[in-house]
Amino acid sequence: MKNKLLPIFITLIFIIIFIFFYKGLQNTSIYTPQTKISNKIPSFKGDLFYSDETINSSNFFKSEKFYLLNVWSSWCVPCRKEHVLLMDLKEVKKLKVVGINYKDKKINAENFLSELGNPYEKIIFDQEGIIAIEWGAYGVPESFLIKDEVIIKRYIGPLDKKLTEEIKSIIK
Amino acid sequence: MLYSSIGYYALILGLGISLILVYFSIKNFQNSSTLNTKILSFTFLQFFLVVISFVSLVISFVLSDFSNETVFNNSHTTKPLFYKIAGTWGNHEGSLLLWLLVLTLFILIFFLKTKNQPLKYKLLTLIFQQIIIIGFFLFLIQTSNPFNFIFPTPEEGMGLNPILQDPALAIHPPILYLGYVGSSIIFSSALAATYLNLVSKVWASHIKKWIIASWVFLTLGILLGSIWAYYELGWGGFWFWDPVENVSLMPWLALTTLLHCIIVLEKKQVLTSWVIILSISTFTLSMCGTFLVRSGILNSVHTFANDPERGLFILVFLFSLIFISLFIFFFFHKSSPNNSNSFFWLSKETSIIINNWFMMYFLSVVLIGTIYPIFLEVLSSQKISVGPPFYHKLIIPFLIPFLMAMAIGPKLKWIKSNIVDKFYLVLFFAISIVLSFLIVKKFSTNLLINTILVSSALYLFFITLRDFFIRKYSNISQNIAHFGFSLLILSILLNNLFSSEIITNLKVGETFTSSKTKIVFKNINQKQEKNYKSIIANFSIENINETIEDLSPELRIYNQPNIVTSEADIKTTLLSDKFIVINIVQNQDYFNVRYQVKPFMLWIWISVILISFGGLLSFFKREHEK
Repeated sequence: MKNKLLPIFITLIFIIIFIFFYKGLQNTSIYTPQTKISNKIPSFKGDLFYSDETINSSNFFKSEKFYLLNVWSSWCVPCRKEHVLLMDLKEVKKLKVVGINYKDKKINAENFLSELGNPYEKIIFDQEGIIAIEWGAYGVPESFLIKDEVIIKRYIGPLDKKLTEEIKSIIK
Repeated sequence: MLYSSIGYYALILGLGISLILVYFSIKNFQNSSTLNTKILSFTFLQFFLVVISFVSLVISFVLSDFSNETVFNNSHTTKPLFYKIAGTWGNHEGSLLLWLLVLTLFILIFFLKTKNQPLKYKLLTLIFQQIIIIGFFLFLIQTSNPFNFIFPTPEEGMGLNPILQDPALAIHPPILYLGYVGSSIIFSSALAATYLNLVSKVWASHIKKWIIASWVFLTLGILLGSIWAYYELGWGGFWFWDPVENVSLMPWLALTTLLHCIIVLEKKQVLTSWVIILSISTFTLSMCGTFLVRSGILNSVHTFANDPERGLFILVFLFSLIFISLFIFFFFHKSSPNNSNSFFWLSKETSIIINNWFMMYFLSVVLIGTIYPIFLEVLSSQKISVGPPFYHKLIIPFLIPFLMAMAIGPKLKWIKSNIVDKFYLVLFFAISIVLSFLIVKKFSTNLLINTILVSSALYLFFITLRDFFIRKYSNISQNIAHFGFSLLILSILLNNLFSSEIITNLKVGETFTSSKTKIVFKNINQKQEKNYKSIIANFSIENINETIEDLSPELRIYNQPNIVTSEADIKTTLLSDKFIVINIVQNQDYFNVRYQVKPFMLWIWISVILISFGGLLSFFKREHEK
C-alpha cells in the first residue's frame, strides 16, 4: 500500500454521508403541498417584465392595498376577452393589478400589451411556467385576489362582468 | 391463512439455509479442492423455498385472502385478476420478496453456468452473495413481513393504487429487478476476484455476460417505467428528473461505464481498478436507490410506507456492504506494476477512458442533484427540490464533446491508431452542421447552442449509420447500440425544440382557438366499469392544415381507494404524438385541458429498444468472434 491516507480519507467521507443520511431519516416527513384556500402567498422569485430586475415574493405585495394577480399569456384567447375588464379594474383605487406572463415570448407579449393596453402595475416574466406552478395555477387565464400576503379568492378561467363586480364589492 | 403460514415458514427456512450455506462454503473454501455437492443442493433448495413463499403470496392475492395484511392493504375483490397478480409486487413487502426471489435464482444460475473458474472463486462469490441474501431475508422478516395476519379478517381490501394498475407497470418491476439483482452478482464476483487476485482477462470475459445481461434488463426496465410515466401520470413528458428516475439512472450510468471497461480488460490487463470500483458502485447505487425511495427520506411515487425502522435497516446494511467492499479493495487489490496507464493518446483505450470520465461526470451530477436536498435539509432544515433546469444546464453542454467522441472512438484501433476515413469524418461533420442549422433556424431561440447540439447528435447518427452499411468496423452490437443512442439524443432534442403545448380551462361545449389549432370540447360521457367510474371527454382538434382529429381523454374515479386518475389520450404517428389530458378543477364547471404536440416520441422508445437490442446481440454473440 503506497498511500495510506486515501483509504482513511474515503472511509471518512462515507462515514459523513452515513451520518447525514441517518439524520435525514430522523426528520422524515411526507411533504404535503399547502392547501390553497385562504393562506399565505407562496414564496417565489422572478424577473420583472420591463426591467431586468429580480424580485421576490416578500417585497412584491408589500403595499396595504388589494392585489389582483392575473396569470396571462399572449397566445391565450380568453385572456384577450378578459383584458378589457382588467383595464377597467386598473382604475379601482384600492386595487393594484399585477400579472404573471405565462410561457410566452417577450415580443408577442409586448405587442399584446401595446395593442390592448397595459393594466398591470408590475409583470413577472415566467417563461418556463415555474412561478405559475408555485402558485398552483391550473392554466391561463387565472386570477388571485390578495390582501396582506394572503390569498382571499381565486378565479379559474377568464373573469367576466359578474366576477369583476364581485371583486369590487369585496374591496369595498 | 394457510398460504400465509406456508409462505412465512418457507422464508424462515430459507434464512436458515443461508446460514448453512455460508458455513459449508467457508469449510469447503478452507480445505478441499472439490466442490461439496451439498452446496449446490442447498442453493437449489433455498431458491425453491423462496419460490414457495412467493407463490403463496401470489395465491393469497388471487384468492383475496384479507387475513393477510399485505393483501388487505393492496388488493380488492373487484380488481381484475391480472392486477391481483401484479399487485403482488406493487407494494413494499411483495416487491422485496420478488427481489429475494431473483437474488436466489441468480446465484443458482451463476453456480450452474460458471464452469471454467477456480472453485475458490465460486465459493467466495457464493459467500458474498449469501451475505446480501441474508440481509434481505432479515429485512423482510424483521421489518417488512409480507405475511402478517390481521384478526378479525376484514371483509374487503383497501385496493391497489390505481396509477399502478397498468400493464407497463406490472412488468416494469420484475424487469428492473433482473437488472438490479444482476448487478449484485457482479458485485459479489468482483469482490471475490479481487480477494483472490483473479481480476484478469479470463475473469473479464466470464463476468461480461452478466454485465451485459443486467445492462439489457436495466435499460428495458427504465424504458418501461418511462413509458408508464408518459401516458399514466399525464404530465406529458417521459423523464422528469424525479429522484425515483434518478436512482435507476445512476446504476445504469455506472453499469454502462463498466460495460465499456470490461471490454478493455478482456483484451488487455488494464483498468482493473476501474472495473472493481464500478462493479462495487453499480450495486451499491442500486441499494442506495432502494434506501432513498423506500425509507421515505425522499418523497416519491415509490414511497410505499414511511417506516424509519426500515430506512435505518437498509442504511446500516448498505453502509456495511460499502465498508466491506472498501476494505477488500484497499487491502487486497494489487495493481500489477506493468499495467501503467500510459496509453498512446490515439487509441481505443484512451477513447474508452474519455468515455469513462464523461460518464462519471454525468453520474456525479445526477447523484448530487438527488441527494443534495437531503444534505441541505439536515444542515439548514430547508426543503428544496432540484428540477430539470439544474440537470439540463449541467449535462447538455457536455453532451456535445461526448457525442463527438462517441462517433470517432469506436473507429480507433487497440493500442495505437490513426484516424482513417478522414474525408468522410469531415464531410459528415459539415453536412451535420448545415442540416441542423437549417432545422434549428426555423425556431429562433438559442440558435447557436441548439445548432451545435443537434449537429453533434446528427454527426453520430450519420457516422454510425454509415458504419452499419459498410460494416468495416465489424462490431455490429456496438454499432447498433451507438446508433440507438444517437437516435435517442436526436429525438429528445427535436422533441424539445418542436414540442408545443396549450394549457387552458374549458367548459363542455366551449372552443379554444389559437393561431394554429382549434380545440373543441364536444361533450362528455360517463361509464361504470368494474372498479371505477369513468368520465370520457370528447375533443376534436382542428389543425392549421384542416385535418381534424378526435381525442378522448378520460378521468377515472376509482372506488377503492377513492382516487381520481387521468388517462391521457394519445394519437401516435411516426412523426409526432398528439397528447391530451384533462383534470377536474375543484368546485367549478371547468376542466383543465392540456394539449400537447410532441414530435418524435415514438422514436425515443424505438431508440432505447435499439440500444438494448445492441446489448442483446452482444450477449448472444459467440466468444472471440472479432
